Amino acid sequence: MVQVKLWGSLRNLADGEEFVEIEAQNFKQLLDALGEKYPAFRPELGRKVSMALDGEIYREAWFTPISPESEVVLMPFMEGG
Amino acid sequence: MTDQATPKQEFKIIGRRVPRPDGIAKVTGEAAYGADIQVSGMLHARVLRSPHAHARIVSLDVSDALALKGVKAVVTSEDFERDLPAKFQDIADNCLARGKVLYDGHGIAAVAAVSKSIAKQALALIRVEYEVLRHVTDVDAAMLNDAPVLHVGRVQETVPAGYSQNVTNYIEFGHGDMDAGFAAADIVMERTYKTAAVHQGYIEPNACLATLAADGRGDLWVCTQGQYMVRENCCTILGLEVGKLRVTASEIGGGFGGKTTTFVEPIALALSRKAGRPVKLVLSREEVLKATGPTVSSSIDVKIGIMNDGRMTAGHATVRYQGGAFPCGTAKFGAQAAFGCYDLPAVRTEGFGVTTNRPKEAHYRAPGAPPAVYAVESLIDELCQELGLDPLDVRLTNAARKGTVATYGPTFNDIGLEAILKKVADHPHYSAPLEANQARGLACGFWFNFGGDTSVSLSINADGTASVVEGNPDIGGSRASISMMAAEELGIPYENVRTIIADTGSLGFNNVTDGSRVTFAVGLATIKAARAAKDEMCARAAKIWGIDNDAVEWVDGCAQPAGPNAGNYPPMALAEIAAVSSQTGGPIAGHHEVNVDGAGVGFGVHLADVEVDPETGATKVVRYTAFQDVGKAVHPDYVEGQMQGGAVQGIGWALNEEYVYGDDGKLQNAGFLDYRIPVASDLPFIATEILEIPNPGHPYGVRGVGETPIVPPLGAVSNAVSRAIGVRMRSLPMSPSKVLAALPED
Repeated sequence: MVQVKLWGSLRNLADGEEFVEIEAQNFKQLLDALGEKYPAFRPELGRKVSMALDGEIYREAWFTPISPESEVVLMPFMEGG
Repeated sequence: MTDQATPKQEFKIIGRRVPRPDGIAKVTGEAAYGADIQVSGMLHARVLRSPHAHARIVSLDVSDALALKGVKAVVTSEDFERDLPAKFQDIADNCLARGKVLYDGHGIAAVAAVSKSIAKQALALIRVEYEVLRHVTDVDAAMLNDAPVLHVGRVQETVPAGYSQNVTNYIEFGHGDMDAGFAAADIVMERTYKTAAVHQGYIEPNACLATLAADGRGDLWVCTQGQYMVRENCCTILGLEVGKLRVTASEIGGGFGGKTTTFVEPIALALSRKAGRPVKLVLSREEVLKATGPTVSSSIDVKIGIMNDGRMTAGHATVRYQGGAFPCGTAKFGAQAAFGCYDLPAVRTEGFGVTTNRPKEAHYRAPGAPPAVYAVESLIDELCQELGLDPLDVRLTNAARKGTVATYGPTFNDIGLEAILKKVADHPHYSAPLEANQARGLACGFWFNFGGDTSVSLSINADGTASVVEGNPDIGGSRASISMMAAEELGIPYENVRTIIADTGSLGFNNVTDGSRVTFAVGLATIKAARAAKDEMCARAAKIWGIDNDAVEWVDGCAQPAGPNAGNYPPMALAEIAAVSSQTGGPIAGHHEVNVDGAGVGFGVHLADVEVDPETGATKVVRYTAFQDVGKAVHPDYVEGQMQGGAVQGIGWALNEEYVYGDDGKLQNAGFLDYRIPVASDLPFIATEILEIPNPGHPYGVRGVGETPIVPPLGAVSNAVSRAIGVRMRSLPMSPSKVLAALPED
């Protein structure tokens, strides 16, 4: 089980919870499980998201391993100029 | 993936100021830009553009234009695919309007003819009947329920009720107890700020040359920040197979984020497909300003609670960004970056993305961050004045450090902001004397950076030189930096490496040159490719010596026995191994393909000294220093250039640059005489201070550099001007007339 920190407007779709617990061992499993457990997240997940794992931002690396003690933060997909 | 090994610290080539490989071609005019290519039988294209800010296209008749002698093809939105995913449909509809025109300058139809003059004549023969609609160009007005609506049904599920359908997206970040945070403060101040839309201001207009045969095979020569992105967009919009379109990036005369999308390429390809001949399309400066770029304009509320000793207890920012005629997600970056430099117990940021009757926003260095950070840095400065506190001390008190929970969620690892601020405190600029009508402004800035999809191929040539093939247009010196990293890793002179930018058919996929990613991500892939080549060269030496591969190591450009037990063989230099590559197994090369992560965030602090003429309101920047943690400066000249360029563009945003719209919704200043970018004679030397705190995510400690330096200047200059005139300015640009109006009567 990993604890996932949500950004503010996602919290509004998760009964105001800042953190949700998800069974996942990598980024792909995390995304799939979030969409399954919180269908309201699916439009946002469909627009692509990033994940900050212990402070490092990952854009779409599905198989990035996540350990139960990791800090996991969901973020919007990063872009640049 | 990330490379978490301790970055290399000792270098022979990295950090030197070697000659730039593109220098001679650029100063002699040999470099080939987007508009420089001519081919036999080439047609010239022109685009008919809307004279209205918002209108329904009742009818569109191109028959007379098509009948004009010399006209070979006319295209409209009917020549593009329909029912595409929103991202691609918006790009297509921005190139050529479908049903409605959404801004002054919106493309409607395009003509290809045997000459530019005939193409221009043909445009006049296209008959368009419009039903003019109400328009809106101001972000706050566009959010109101009675505002004219650009699109129906594009509102995302996160947008709160009560707004116009022009508000297409909303996002929120933060942590902590806001009520308790503000209650703990000695002072709470709330202000509203405005920033104007500005163009990326690249000197080279958008241009391309397209050839598309009836069987779907095509070639495109184009000035762009991403040839693979252009290929994807064009193939989707035109219904082509990706493998059949080859896109080659020309030299680029500036991009700054503005060339990370497509404006002209699908039009030229569609014309070529119809005409059966190559089609060249080059925009005029007026078209560039009216129909490409610009950045968002903004309206921003900031509220900060602070203790008398300068400790901030809570911060709240609401950014409202208009992104032009199509939904734009840049507000999410502004909302994340607004308080990115600070450690706040309670923070909340909100972002609204709003459509208006203006050209679609295109990214510009650190998209969305400069306006939001400007607003926060302005309010912090005003609070410092209110409390009589030193602005640098207050930043140091509140600076984000290792362990700080960022306002956008994660906990920071090692970051350089505190070190930068201490460097500023010790720098002579911070204590330099000021003269009459002069003042000093300081501001911090933050940006994320990222890596992304990257492919690199590196070949060892038989004469001992190396060729690197990468797929990202060189917009800031990457060919030099990539060659340096290859040479460093291989242990050969810089002059023995040449890096070229591949077309889309010659190398695997690469993300766009954006996100400050190229020196970081392409550099990482180059180092890995070079290591693969070194492994192969060690294996060849092992064969020659008749020993095991793992008994050979690579040291200073040579294969040598790894220890006394490996045997007594003289080292073989790269050139010696390369010379016999055919006899030892064939060509030697290395390649690396990866989706890179671990870019690490960027911080910068800028100091601006300005002098304001109280009679004219004109501001002159008299001293300027940019400080930044760059991880490792591969080529310091280019790093300094990035810092200076970002500072100058930010100064322009602060003082001069502005999209000016009339009541009729038309752009009033679509030319560089009226849209005023700073030039060299306007500016002092932009001094730079590079801090090198190695990024653990890169083998050499490299961190993205290009975007962060445009974030602090808006706040730094505004704070300086406000202090110089004794009146707080809260709207950009601070043009002379605006400053004059703000000055007290006496």
